[in-house]
Amino acid sequence: MAGWSRHEGLAVGLPLAGIDTDQLLPARFMATPRSAGYGRFLLHDLRHDADGAPRPDFPLNDPAATGASILIARRNFGGGSSREGAVYALIDAGFRAVIGPSFGDIFAANAVNNGLLPARVDEATAERLIAAAPLALRVDLAARRLEAMGLSIGFELDDQSREKLINGWDDIDLTLKHGEAIERHAAARRDAAPWLWPAVATETGH
Amino acid sequence: MTAPRTLFEKIWDRHVIARGADDAALLWVDRHFVHEGSHHAFGKLADRGLAVAQPALTFGVADHYVPTRAGQAPGGAIARMIATLEDNAARHGFALFGVGDPRQGIVHVTGPEQGLTLPGMIVVCGDSHTSGHGALGAFAFGIGATDVAHVLATQTIWQRRPKTMRLTIDGRPTPGVGAKDMALNWIATLGADGARGHAIEYDGSAVRALSVEGRLTLCNLSIEGGARCGMVAPDETTLDWLHGRAYAPQGEHWDRAVAQWRALATDPAAMFDREVALDAGELAPIVTWGTSPEEALPITACLPDPARVKDPARAGTIAASLDYMDLKAGRPIADTPVDQVFIGSCTNARIEDLRVAAAVLAGRRARVPGLVSPGSSRIKLQAEQEGLDRIFTEAGLEWANAGCSMCVGMNGDVVAPGKRCASTTNRNFRGRQGPGARTHLMSPAMVAAAAVTGTLTDCRPLLEGRSV
Repeated sequence: MAGWSRHEGLAVGLPLAGIDTDQLLPARFMATPRSAGYGRFLLHDLRHDADGAPRPDFPLNDPAATGASILIARRNFGGGSSREGAVYALIDAGFRAVIGPSFGDIFAANAVNNGLLPARVDEATAERLIAAAPLALRVDLAARRLEAMGLSIGFELDDQSREKLINGWDDIDLTLKHGEAIERHAAARRDAAPWLWPAVATETGH
Repeated sequence: MTAPRTLFEKIWDRHVIARGADDAALLWVDRHFVHEGSHHAFGKLADRGLAVAQPALTFGVADHYVPTRAGQAPGGAIARMIATLEDNAARHGFALFGVGDPRQGIVHVTGPEQGLTLPGMIVVCGDSHTSGHGALGAFAFGIGATDVAHVLATQTIWQRRPKTMRLTIDGRPTPGVGAKDMALNWIATLGADGARGHAIEYDGSAVRALSVEGRLTLCNLSIEGGARCGMVAPDETTLDWLHGRAYAPQGEHWDRAVAQWRALATDPAAMFDREVALDAGELAPIVTWGTSPEEALPITACLPDPARVKDPARAGTIAASLDYMDLKAGRPIADTPVDQVFIGSCTNARIEDLRVAAAVLAGRRARVPGLVSPGSSRIKLQAEQEGLDRIFTEAGLEWANAGCSMCVGMNGDVVAPGKRCASTTNRNFRGRQGPGARTHLMSPAMVAAAAVTGTLTDCRPLLEGRSV
């Protein structure tokens, strides 16, 4: 995964609260291999009517939002299922950042693991940006700031997530450097609680 | 003398291997459950040529895609998902509770049932409802595919330390009101992101009085309020429930384990970042009316009216939910006709759930069709030994096999567009049970009552004079 620290792109507003991961990626698409691409599944059932035709009034279908790489949403974006495919759908549709007042914990972790920025701003700021969207927006990860409409706006992101996004770090490589500490911990744990390594199941009751 | 700590802090501290930026830590994982949906993670492992670090601590369960109805033959993508899990279990050498195995079931039902989840553990799985395992006093949480791959490769996970929150529920609920109602009530009170970033410890007399089954339901729904996890400190109820289970420690190991588990309880002087107190004594059965678990009401209440809501964004959300659900603002939620019912899922398909539903249905006919899918193959067998399956089938409901089934519709068990389903599941999101499906979440007793009357209805009169 390539790291990044600055991004400039078109931001589209999605004036909906509680966009859960079932909306971002409906369950029936989850058996798809990643190599087939997830972009066309993004928000599929909100973007299309029952016959599969694009809904003209849905913000992502607005011709003015074509090529958008930043999404601005309302509170509790990405709650619900842990499906990482929800992030793949955003990434494969060309998004690099989602801006909103709050994100589901698991979604936010998945986003950072895939180079997608979950940037937290207060509700008033999100509403202001949504009202002005589609608009040009600049993201500065190092400074944790957004630039839009001639303003510089701070966003919240924890240090660990910021470092990972900037460096494009892969956790497995980082973790394997702690190999000895992991082995020591496992040995001590096995000593203190050997039953945590169940050999064979033997049912004696119930 | 160490400072007083909470249950969560004791488990966290015990598992820290290394520390990262700010409040992040590398944690040891005691138990890792995988299912068919974990295919992306195994793909990542294969791409890097990595092995599973601790196959003995990894357990596979076929649940999300397994067929549950008689004569249902999996085809194409569904069959491929199940076969891929079998291939990965064989390749990496971890135990698999696959199709046809008597231990097969929904991962969050069969895991605890087999004694694979124990107090003091860190338990992870690529599924958000992993929070349920916290009922046994574990720190259990759902993770995405990249983190699943990380756990497979290293048996560890990086986590930012969540804040702690104690949710105390006191009072004695009336018969017909239980863990599901307590959970939906707190989510409606605090919001679907009300506990975001927090590890919840449930406490109070109403929680202590719950069976382990009830606690599994309560902790399962923690994620619907945005919490990182939910947990209940182990007590005599926990120990009685665990003793003798297949993978639980035995003999001298049991005694040593119990001594460790008893020390896990939150110290009396420990402080939580946040305290919330609720009362279950006055609670009526709760049903959801909208498209988020926070959009829930007592069955005795009326639907909200967006015209009476000042905040325009909030009013718009209510109007959109009512529109999707085809409900009229301000009307009573009771007596809303339903098209079908579903009893199942990791939230409410344990033996007690089936017993209470059967208590409502015994000797009665369902007015609408419905599916009953037990949480595990073992629960299915137990229910059949108790004769519960006959109560369901004589009422006109379909008795199915164990799996995630109509909770998420991945195996083809879906609710048709525009149809209204009374469901014991965990998510009433748009399209969750199938594109265009309308889901009302409620307890098993309430779903059984909806089956009997064909409408959303208070289960309590239907339980009068019946033992549960």
